[in-house]
Amino acid sequence: MKNFVALTRMRVQLAFRNKMFFFFVIVMPFAFFFLWLGLLAKGIPDRCAFYLGPVVAFNVMGSFWGLSAALVLFREQGILRRFHVAPVTASDMLASSIVANYVLTLPIVALELFFARVIFHVPSLGNPITLFLLISIGIISFGSLGLVVASITNTMQETQVLNQLLWLPLIFLSGATFPLAYMPRGVQRFGLFLPATYLVNGVQQAILNAATPWSRYVEILSLSLWACLTFFLSSQLFRWEPEAKVPRRAKLLVAATIIPFILLGVAENMSDRVLREASAALARFDSGPSSARPASLSIPIKPATGKPSGSN
Amino acid sequence: MANAILQVENLVKHYGDVHAVRGVSFSVEEGEVFGLLGPNGAGKTTTVEILEGLRTLDSGRVCVCGLDPERDSDALKQEIGAALQATSLPDKMRVIEAIRLFASFYKRQRKPEELLQRFGLDEKRNSFYGQLSGGQKQRLALAMALVNDPQVCFLDEPTAGLDPQVRREIYDVIEELRHDKKTVLLTTHYIEEAERLCDRVAIVDHGVVIALGSPRELKARAGGTTRVEVRLSKPESNGAMKNLEGVVDVREVDGAYVLHSQRPPQTIVSLVKHLESQGNELVSLEIATPSLEDVFIEMTGRRLRD
Repeated sequence: MKNFVALTRMRVQLAFRNKMFFFFVIVMPFAFFFLWLGLLAKGIPDRCAFYLGPVVAFNVMGSFWGLSAALVLFREQGILRRFHVAPVTASDMLASSIVANYVLTLPIVALELFFARVIFHVPSLGNPITLFLLISIGIISFGSLGLVVASITNTMQETQVLNQLLWLPLIFLSGATFPLAYMPRGVQRFGLFLPATYLVNGVQQAILNAATPWSRYVEILSLSLWACLTFFLSSQLFRWEPEAKVPRRAKLLVAATIIPFILLGVAENMSDRVLREASAALARFDSGPSSARPASLSIPIKPATGKPSGSN
Repeated sequence: MANAILQVENLVKHYGDVHAVRGVSFSVEEGEVFGLLGPNGAGKTTTVEILEGLRTLDSGRVCVCGLDPERDSDALKQEIGAALQATSLPDKMRVIEAIRLFASFYKRQRKPEELLQRFGLDEKRNSFYGQLSGGQKQRLALAMALVNDPQVCFLDEPTAGLDPQVRREIYDVIEELRHDKKTVLLTTHYIEEAERLCDRVAIVDHGVVIALGSPRELKARAGGTTRVEVRLSKPESNGAMKNLEGVVDVREVDGAYVLHSQRPPQTIVSLVKHLESQGNELVSLEIATPSLEDVFIEMTGRRLRD
């Protein structure tokens, strides 16, 4: 425990001295926040409320990128070797990465929520407990995804390629950038297999409909289970040495991390719950006080189902 | 050995088809500075990393401070200190932070301030690791190896790549450790380092210990001879060189003839006469008392740096 606390403190300290950290963890999320709420939502409070969930989820998900890169860099530079010869365990190292990432990301998200209320006059932040739970679990689970990426890639180049391959579907097919209800049917169906979709939907429902934690149990439990699974796997596949390569068989083991969302995706495709909720949120957004829709969203609406679910 | 704090018996380690260590055996007494001397790729680092618990062995038996590095890894890490080869720290970590952080991992800790002073890093205490010179980084690595006041200290090539001035500074630090009666296992491919710092040396080549003893004992194997190394304008036969007066052994290494002579002045006179008679010329001549390199050449026919 003592080692884990010391390592967490070190990671936070180092992050504040890193210019890249300022860009990717502070500048970029706020740029994205102001772009979406200021330009796409034109600063209209109800529209800002609609976009706030995806914007927050986008920033929460982004944490996996820096976490994987930092760990691979530590391994490539032989920094992990130095820790390996000290009484430090792989779990100390991985858990400190997750907690440091949480400590660094949470205030940024909190500031975004604060600015949403103060600057964009978003009427309500919905249910704060649900919001806090989903944001916390989201930071931890996507952070754990970063650890898995770091565990199965051998070089920084491989890490960046895999991060890109994961990042693009996560942000474009989950509703984090463009509302899920706008997407073609096939994309919507595919989106239900992505963990990001559940984070975006859960956060959006917590803000727009003040959804209770109990009503969001599917999102909370699935992301929690995923976080445990990815953390466990990354601790099993953790490598201290730069020359230690991950066996191909171990990479297959990582496929196990997608099982919860394959099962959930099948169930959600049958029930259409998430798609109904996404459509209902969009319908409310469209019937807001100002009917002018942002230029980028002027594609025809293609509701997921004919039957919106209503509020929670 | 009565006070052996470190024991290695028939240690074997393969990496795929590569036989890195092939049956190494030695033991180190408490308070001893023990050297593993050998060329790059001899298996020194693999041996040390198995002793530190960083790698697993294929066969054999090792025991450090009465512990099995594989089975008792956590307990062992509390008892040892290590300055590894090819390691680093985050560039933006300050010197004092690094020492404090690593000290915090151990039950037994030395005062960071004391280590800073001892290793001449007091002025650099607030410098980032990325701003340190090679010598300062190495001194920090040594300071960090001692944060837990270890029973055994592993120093893997502590002066590799450093300039001679910095290397001498590191030698002073290691000599201080000897004064403090610390047990040190040092790997090196520098003859001077092994001769100057080690109480006993195991010369390692191709994963095997080829000679073991104190530097004095090992050098005595050269039979009290003097080393005469000559380069000639034209090649000569080894037989002709061995017939020179006082010569007991001749080896051709890298185009030079290494003669071991019991009577160097007579050897040189007869060499000059022989070359004159053959119309050959002397390009260079070096005379030295035997070193551990001569032991290595005698055993392998190669220079240590090859």
